[in-house]
Amino acid sequence: MLGWEFPPFISGGLGTACYGLTKAMDEMGVHVTFVLPKMVDGQYATHVNLLDTTCTRRSVAPSFKVGELKNVEFRTIESPLEPYGTPEAYQQRIEETIRQKKLAHGTASESLPVTGSDYGSDMHNEVHRYAALCVELAKNEQFDIVHAHDWMTYPAGIAVATITGRPLVIHVHSTEFDRSGEHVNQMIYDIERQGMQRADKIIAVSHFTRSIIISRYGICGDKVEVVHNGVEQNGAAELTLADTGIRSDEKIVLFLGRITMQKGPEYFLYAAKKVLEVMSNVKFVMAGSGDMMHRAIELAAELGIGNKVLFTGFLRGQDVQKIYKMADLYVMPSVSEPFGIAPLEALGNDVPVIISKQSGVSEVLIHALKVDFWDVDEIANKIVAVLKYPPLQMTLKHHGNFEVRRLRWKDSAEKCARIYEETLVAV
Amino acid sequence: MPSVCFYFQVHQPLRLRHYTVFDSNHQYFDDFKNGSVCRKVANKCYLPANRLILDLIRKFDGQFKVAYSVTGVLLEQLQRYSPEVLSTFDALAETGCVEFLGETYYHSLSFLYSRNEFVAQISKHSEIINHLFGHTPKVFRNTELIYNNELAALIEAMGQFDAIITEGADHILGDRSPNFVYQPRNCNHLKLLLKNYSLSDDIAFRFSNRDWPEWPLTAEKFARWISNVNGNGNVVNLFMDYETFGEHQWEDTGIFNFVRHLPDKILEHPDNDFKTPSEVIESYNPVDAVDVPHIISWADTERDLSAWLGNAMQSSAIHELYRLERQIKNTDDPKIISDWRRLQASDHFYYMCTKYFADGDVHKYFNPYDSPYDSYINFMNVLDNLQSRCSGALNAGESGNPPQSIEPISLQAIV
Repeated sequence: MLGWEFPPFISGGLGTACYGLTKAMDEMGVHVTFVLPKMVDGQYATHVNLLDTTCTRRSVAPSFKVGELKNVEFRTIESPLEPYGTPEAYQQRIEETIRQKKLAHGTASESLPVTGSDYGSDMHNEVHRYAALCVELAKNEQFDIVHAHDWMTYPAGIAVATITGRPLVIHVHSTEFDRSGEHVNQMIYDIERQGMQRADKIIAVSHFTRSIIISRYGICGDKVEVVHNGVEQNGAAELTLADTGIRSDEKIVLFLGRITMQKGPEYFLYAAKKVLEVMSNVKFVMAGSGDMMHRAIELAAELGIGNKVLFTGFLRGQDVQKIYKMADLYVMPSVSEPFGIAPLEALGNDVPVIISKQSGVSEVLIHALKVDFWDVDEIANKIVAVLKYPPLQMTLKHHGNFEVRRLRWKDSAEKCARIYEETLVAV
Repeated sequence: MPSVCFYFQVHQPLRLRHYTVFDSNHQYFDDFKNGSVCRKVANKCYLPANRLILDLIRKFDGQFKVAYSVTGVLLEQLQRYSPEVLSTFDALAETGCVEFLGETYYHSLSFLYSRNEFVAQISKHSEIINHLFGHTPKVFRNTELIYNNELAALIEAMGQFDAIITEGADHILGDRSPNFVYQPRNCNHLKLLLKNYSLSDDIAFRFSNRDWPEWPLTAEKFARWISNVNGNGNVVNLFMDYETFGEHQWEDTGIFNFVRHLPDKILEHPDNDFKTPSEVIESYNPVDAVDVPHIISWADTERDLSAWLGNAMQSSAIHELYRLERQIKNTDDPKIISDWRRLQASDHFYYMCTKYFADGDVHKYFNPYDSPYDSYINFMNVLDNLQSRCSGALNAGESGNPPQSIEPISLQAIV
């Protein structure tokens, strides 16, 4: 399996999904070698405990295991830190890096530290370097199938599949249209389309995404299967309202996610404005960060509801649990959401949800309120209804919590395994 | 010698329009949608089915008979959107082969929440039936065939009715057959007619189901099943929604042809005949008393109230609604009272049902909302507005002329 992020390295749903799926496959006894393009360190350690990361083999990538996953081996490929040059020069550098590593393995400290964000400016090169290293790595590995998650790993998937003759399954967790609306990055779109064309099978996380793959990328529907995500079942932590600055008689409506165009933060704020016209004891919490955060803060001020909207920044681990404990309602007004695991987590924490119809998760949830992301009046209407009519909140909570328990990664993993089998037979 | 007793339930709800918390006008119902559904169903079902029944009655010269229970809310809609249906019902009434049953005008669950309101709605319904068809109902059916001993006692005490109709649920009958006339426990005068749900559902639900081993159902086959009751029953009560014909079972399933040939095939057997419910109770004596301490209905597999009152939203909505009764009636404002009564239709609560599992398909088919949650939100927003209108009217009344408080019809007076 070729991935880009994995807990504890996460910036969004992709890492969570890869973790859930891999864990369920591990329980089924499927052997997975999970290749990550990052050097993993433990500073963000959450629920995954990393074992000793000493290398077991002299190869391009160090190998390690994660405690709870018996059948999964992780391989990491270090990111290089040169500013990018021409593709030719870059190619040479990769080769040199590989050569150096082979010569002097274990002296990784000589290379420069990672700079920039996960989604850095030289990503294009990283993607291709990752592909080259994966090919190197694949030469010494035994596997039946290549499973690549999202566009960053498609070139690697194509390369490995081509060289080894193994079938390629690509897993589409999101597309460029979800992330950027109509302002697509042509380079990324091309990589995505190439991956989709080359793949033997495409797994889409929802029918919503499947239809984008078919209509926007011109892919034949026959090879696109839908495997919905599951949700991790973990008991809600025992936390109390403390030091939050929110009075207990105030209702809390939560937005949790990256504050980007894709997630529709402005619709949340417009709806908040309308709700506050008819109710006053409500606070709106926006948990997350993103490139629209400043715009969102300004907008809240412009709407005159600045004192009613709280921004928490990016939350992890315990803080996420805590915010769910406090919330009366979770709203996901996404403009385009391939799946959306967060509402499932909210329901798992007994928080009823309002989700946009433009999301994959609305295909699997019955016990959720559904709205068009642009229909601000209706979002506000539903927010007020949940806060005002306790039986509604209660019924949504109870049925939703029950429903979420039926969405298991086990089922997703079984579907993937069936797709593997079909693909192997076909090839 | 089984008599075949057909009774058709004829009802369309008044659907609410999309009503948000930001709305404040008093227009709660979706006239456009109600009008278009009413006209659609009239063209697909009521008109062709009424014409067919009329033809059959004429063809068999009084040997073919049926009964209808038409709700007041539908009659109002027909008057407004499709008056030609009313004239065909009128023509049916004139044949003398058609009986009209009594029920609550608003297709309500009022029996469960307000006996005064319940009795008032039955009277209102009897009035309109009498006015339109010159016929005072003598047989009662409660909304959704909801029934228990208490209902029977109440209906008997009203004095108007000779019989009551309900579901032939297995758990009230035990090893007894629904194909006899029974008597409610502790009633002296009132008789009980029980639906043969198996044969009724063969037509109403299974007729076009190709996975059903008996598909296709022909008039010959069905007449044979009826004749099989010979020697082991007096009457086969076939009770179903009238919309079965042409709406639930579309015309291309052959449902109208089935009905067209059925009387002929049934009457081929000299012992068989058709009777209206009133004729059935005149012809046959009750064979036993049936004890129904707990409420039953004709819905879903459970035959209980869970389709309308199964979750917290449903019970809160209906409790809030009936809690307003006194206030609403005190306003003495006919528009407010009528809006309140229209909100009592059982359909509004049915839409809020979250039992998606065993009966989900049937529920979805009848639901104008995307989800039960949407229907609850809409209903509560409307109710909220009605409540504030009501308080407004009462306050205005206090400051100005005191409103004449209307005396609710006293149950004691009737008993």
